[in-house]
Amino acid sequence: MTTSGAVGRMPFYVLTGGLAVIFLFPLVWSAVASISPAGATGQTHGYGLGNYATLFDFGAGLPRFFLNSVIVSVLTVTITLVVSLFGGYAFARFEFPGKELLFLVTLAILMVPYATLLIPLYVLLNAIGLQNSLIGLSLVLAMYQLPFAMFMMRISFEAVPRELEDAALVDGCGSFAALRRILLPAVVPGLITVGLFAFLAAWNDFFAPLILISDPSQAPLPLAIATLRQQTMGAIDYGATEAGVVVMALPCVLLFLLLQRYYVRGFMSGAVKG
Amino acid sequence: MTAASRRTGGPSSTARLSLRRSRQLQGIAYATPTIVLVAVFFILPLLLVGRMSVSDWSLLSGDRGINFPDNFAEITPNRLFWPAVVFTIEYTLLVTVLLVGLGLGLALLVQEGGRYVGGLRTIFLLPVAVGLASASLLFWGLYSPSIGPIGPVLQQMGLTSEPISFLGTPLAALLSTTFLIVWKFAGLYMLILLVGLQAIPREVYEAAAVDGASRSQTLRRITLPLLRPSLALALILCITGSLLAFDQFFILTKGGPNNSTVTVVQLIYREAFQRQNLGTAAALSIIVLIVLLALNVVQFRGLRSPDKA
Repeated sequence: MTTSGAVGRMPFYVLTGGLAVIFLFPLVWSAVASISPAGATGQTHGYGLGNYATLFDFGAGLPRFFLNSVIVSVLTVTITLVVSLFGGYAFARFEFPGKELLFLVTLAILMVPYATLLIPLYVLLNAIGLQNSLIGLSLVLAMYQLPFAMFMMRISFEAVPRELEDAALVDGCGSFAALRRILLPAVVPGLITVGLFAFLAAWNDFFAPLILISDPSQAPLPLAIATLRQQTMGAIDYGATEAGVVVMALPCVLLFLLLQRYYVRGFMSGAVKG
Repeated sequence: MTAASRRTGGPSSTARLSLRRSRQLQGIAYATPTIVLVAVFFILPLLLVGRMSVSDWSLLSGDRGINFPDNFAEITPNRLFWPAVVFTIEYTLLVTVLLVGLGLGLALLVQEGGRYVGGLRTIFLLPVAVGLASASLLFWGLYSPSIGPIGPVLQQMGLTSEPISFLGTPLAALLSTTFLIVWKFAGLYMLILLVGLQAIPREVYEAAAVDGASRSQTLRRITLPLLRPSLALALILCITGSLLAFDQFFILTKGGPNNSTVTVVQLIYREAFQRQNLGTAAALSIIVLIVLLALNVVQFRGLRSPDKA
């Protein structure tokens, strides 16, 4: 279905142009608001970075929260990539007892609501000493990535023709070397897609840190910025909140623009065709 | 087969068996990280939440013994329970209709190729990359009386005389949050439906054009039926996600005004961390799990039934 005819294009451009403005407006506004003058903020007169300065003074400070987010995201991405690389290899190229059951159970993670698992995870992490830790949080977030990651990596491996590694295996090359030298380069696009999704999920997650992190200095950005609003006596500092939004959103926007086709690839993977 | 391979000089059956065994063990070895992560962080908590739901389990003092069926019996009498259920369902219906509808509209608009359309797709997808908590905080400021730009602009244009309260009444809070969610996720559903749209071969449209079908007829009788799997996926995702809504309400409305925007998951959170009762929170979350499982089964069956010719 295509719109045709030069005359018919005008409404199309008006409509899509209007929609584009509506979609972009909130993001642009938050950037502008973060540097605009407003009462009861760190930036009362003129344009400037006063609101960002407020973030440095709040609690453990912006650099600490930013670092927490970076650590959690990097850990989550690493764990997810390692587990799904080896797991995808196992599912695609090997037969072993319980294989399909394990795959189904991994996919079943999608069926269980977030909140249902977080309550016992809170108790569990306490029991094994990982409460309030970024590594504990990262393991939980990596687990939530498993269904998508495992699915993506399995089909990425399955798309590689067996002849490629069969030749190497016949020459006496072990399975690990075959993985490292031949299959790994072939599944890099899949790994990038998995990594991107894992990063965005980990960087932006709010509910899991809310439940699993109680020490304010360990909080990642979303939790820290949300908590910041309640801290000031009297007036709420909206300017600082918007500055926080910009700090959180900017890496995501940049990463997305850079790797957009890998993001789209995640949907074309065949899972989406129903 | 053994005799045959001995004759042809191929590997003996025992060698083949040990090769298979070796491959099996290697497979298990590669699958081990998965097994560990799934067992410790999924299976174990799942079993634990079951145990917690039938126990008197407080946040601070821990497990105090089995108290089945007390936790479950306390759920329905909770005066916030039914309002939360009703609100969650209302919100889900509203958001699903708008989000899948808008997603479909956007997908139809951006089907063709070209740089302008490609740029549009990127713009529509941008809010999806930003996190839900970030977006909620963004709109919290956008809707605020102090720095929100919409009220002042409308006042200057003479359309209203007083500041608009986006979150001050139950209806306004619901609609404002809905707008946030639709803005944030429309691009995602556009993408899902776009993938389905692009799978429809051109010949189908050409045949319809030859038969003289109008634009709306083509849409209704050809495009939509062929889009069925993608629509089904979009509906399942949207309904499931909306029933479990938390972040946006926790950050934007905090359940207010007057507990009018409390969702079921917010109830679970309050039970666990404000009333400090992990047992009842676990029981409630088990009920949510069962309802969602049942819903997914129904949706899978109902929406994927074969088309009638």
